[in-house]
Amino acid sequence: MSKRLDTAGATVAPPPPGPVPPTEDPPRRRLLARRGGPPQDRIGYLFLTPWFIGMAAFTIGPILRSLYLSFTEYTLLKPPEWLGLDNYREMLDDPRLHKSLLVTFLYVFVSVPIQLVLALGLALLLNRGVRGLAFYRSVYYLPSLLAGSVSIAILWRQIFGQEGLVNQLLAFFGVEGVSWVAHPDFALGTLVLLNAWTFGAPMVIFLAGLRQIPVSYYEAAQVDGAGTVRRFFHITLPMLTPIIFFNVVLQMIGAFQSFTQAFVISGGRGGPSDATLLYTLYLYERGFGSFDMGYASAMAWILLALIAALTGLNFLFAKRWVFYGN
Amino acid sequence: MATEIRGGRSRRLSKHALLIVCGVVMLYPLLWMVSSSAKPTETIFRDPSIWPTELDLSNYVDGWTALEYPFHHYLINSAVIAILAVAGNLISCSLAAYAFARLEFRGRKIFFAMMLATLMLPVHVLIVPQYVLFAQLDWINTNLPLVVPKFLAHDAFFIFLMVQFIRGLPKELDEAARIDGCGHIRIYWRIVMPLSIPALATSAVFTFIWTWNDFFSQLIFLTDPELWTMPVALRSFMDGQGETAWGQLFAMSIVGLAPIFGFFLAGQRYLTQGIATTGFR
Repeated sequence: MSKRLDTAGATVAPPPPGPVPPTEDPPRRRLLARRGGPPQDRIGYLFLTPWFIGMAAFTIGPILRSLYLSFTEYTLLKPPEWLGLDNYREMLDDPRLHKSLLVTFLYVFVSVPIQLVLALGLALLLNRGVRGLAFYRSVYYLPSLLAGSVSIAILWRQIFGQEGLVNQLLAFFGVEGVSWVAHPDFALGTLVLLNAWTFGAPMVIFLAGLRQIPVSYYEAAQVDGAGTVRRFFHITLPMLTPIIFFNVVLQMIGAFQSFTQAFVISGGRGGPSDATLLYTLYLYERGFGSFDMGYASAMAWILLALIAALTGLNFLFAKRWVFYGN
Repeated sequence: MATEIRGGRSRRLSKHALLIVCGVVMLYPLLWMVSSSAKPTETIFRDPSIWPTELDLSNYVDGWTALEYPFHHYLINSAVIAILAVAGNLISCSLAAYAFARLEFRGRKIFFAMMLATLMLPVHVLIVPQYVLFAQLDWINTNLPLVVPKFLAHDAFFIFLMVQFIRGLPKELDEAARIDGCGHIRIYWRIVMPLSIPALATSAVFTFIWTWNDFFSQLIFLTDPELWTMPVALRSFMDGQGETAWGQLFAMSIVGLAPIFGFFLAGQRYLTQGIATTGFR
């Protein structure tokens, strides 16, 4: 997996000023290092000391601890009490947990495709030497930087409120809107739109990827009489599949972890009637609302397993559609 | 490319028209928020236009003092955490990146793979046990849980970004320095770091913006209103005053976004390069 990720990062690299060559060292150096024993162990570990400490204290330690806590009842006040599989069993018939899974899956599988289609579409429009490219790119990218903030969540809540901007605009056409954020059928949709609004970040990655496709391919295709549509389906799309794949994996992982927007827009409760109760919101509620640390740990592990499984599936299916060159 | 040459003038114009319409649709909410912050709250609900009829800055004045502490108190809290986070990430991540990019040591590949794996790790998996740990250390309601991990290279993303960059630097320079008797610490500090300024700038801008925007961990670790950061304060403003003070809420939201916008204008080059290099947002 790490290797693939490396390759993807390398393919995407823009030309100047930070060229990113493939990640392996020339064999000569490795041979030298091996022959003379590993001469750089001490200095290597010295440079890595902060990372080692951080890794042990804030990553590996907590992962193991949360595994242990997931088998206990723990509210911070008393020492953890061993429960065995009870937390996991409780999850099997916790209707709010099921609801939160449903909401999260809906959110991820609707918003990520919309976001990526917009990203690819605008990248294609921008790719063909449009004048003012840098300006357009910045305009489209700006929302990606801002969207995670509480300020934007507040704005969204107003825009899609009963008397919000959207309904004011609808009123021009004589349509009377509802309060979109307070309506169980539409509340999640406002979050999907908010995520779609951040298509600028994957768009920049697509643009970098498009630039890597050799112009000679298009010239050859044109000589052979291939039109715009055929060139798109037979050159651009196949050549771009590694980047598409990369974006799918990253945006899905990111979407699974959305929290701030749903939390702020729903006033921290995932309402109306749990329509925006993302998994992370429910985890927060159990862990930090009722300090049910054992149950929240079990939930965290299920989230980890879900993300790992989906990423694994992504990589498995990638063999069928991702084109890694000859 | 070929299409651009063949495509006529009208085709170019229609493409620009489409791009501009998209841009306006995307930015309209932001512009509307800016203009609404200068309108009295009653008109926010009647006026979808972005041209304010009168300029009224009272929302900024009233919003500034609407919470328990004046708004700059929260801005300073946020800035302290963000600046320390930038310092921490630059130091610790560049050290780790140098090791991964330039040194041969046992376990390098395994450690590198572990580092990449943590990129995929959701914060939510770690937050509960981290909270337990910080509670035992008595760090809840201090800045330590938000700052100390940054000095210990917890943000693997930036290690990855810097590794990618350092691998692209010519090795001849450090080899020449080695022949002149330079140790790795001096090569790191005197040669690789100065050459890595673009990557360091990208990391600094991203760290600042992400820390400034961060809400989840600040919400969890800072419950004392005196320590609240700007996002936590804004959220409490919204829940407290609710729908009655949209104008003030918008005004303070804009104040909260302003530094990000400033970094965006100043550091766009680094931002777009950063995502293009690593593929992350």
